[in-house]
Amino acid sequence: MLHLTAGRVGSLLARRATAAFSTSSVRMASHGHDVAETTDMSLPLYWDRVDIPLPDRPYKDTLTTGDQSLKQKEQGPWSQLSKEEKVALYRLMFSQTFPEMKQPSAEWKSVVGGIFILMGLTGLIVWWQKVYVYPPAPRTFDADWQAKQYKRMLDMRVNPIEGFAAKWDYKKGQWK
Amino acid sequence: MSLPKPLMRGMLSKRLKFHLPISFALAMGAAILFKYTVTEPRKQAYADFYKNYDSVKEFNAMREAGIFESVRPSGE
Repeated sequence: MLHLTAGRVGSLLARRATAAFSTSSVRMASHGHDVAETTDMSLPLYWDRVDIPLPDRPYKDTLTTGDQSLKQKEQGPWSQLSKEEKVALYRLMFSQTFPEMKQPSAEWKSVVGGIFILMGLTGLIVWWQKVYVYPPAPRTFDADWQAKQYKRMLDMRVNPIEGFAAKWDYKKGQWK
Repeated sequence: MSLPKPLMRGMLSKRLKFHLPISFALAMGAAILFKYTVTEPRKQAYADFYKNYDSVKEFNAMREAGIFESVRPSGE
């Protein structure tokens, strides 16, 4: 039985196989122990985002007694806080620092790889369509029909200044 | 840890002072480049084409090629 976890599935093949099985929570709810944890969206949320830097609530809102006494010390002059205390206060307020948030991941390789695989698949499908689906091309695509078409365009002097007929040498009867 | 006071204001005007002259110069440059690589050669091409253009001769050549429906080639 395929279980969909909240995190990323390992190999690409596994991801494509599981994608075929939908993950509607209606199906999963019947399993009980597989239900993903839902956040209560009526309460203030915490997030680590570079573009929205100040979340609705501090990271740790249930403080131990040690943390509470540190918060009390924060009410006073900050010059009396040691460096470690200042860092501890930061970590109470926020989960990740900006450099930690901005750490690059290797996700782009999966994305680009997935793009190429799907483009290749699409190419195979289009090739099969060319062989088995498309009707024959109209007669206007034949080489001799197109040659006659170009001759008629030259006779009509299509775009004689900068375009098609401009490239034909009418005196010599050949392309310039 | 006392850090130097960061830049608090005037960031947009600083950016504009730097980028606006560059953008005007690039836009003007693009326009001048287009004028002298596209529009001037095009005007010259049209002038050259019409300098010695004999429309009657061209018409007769087209007529002989048989493309008109209102007037057939002179042979028919």
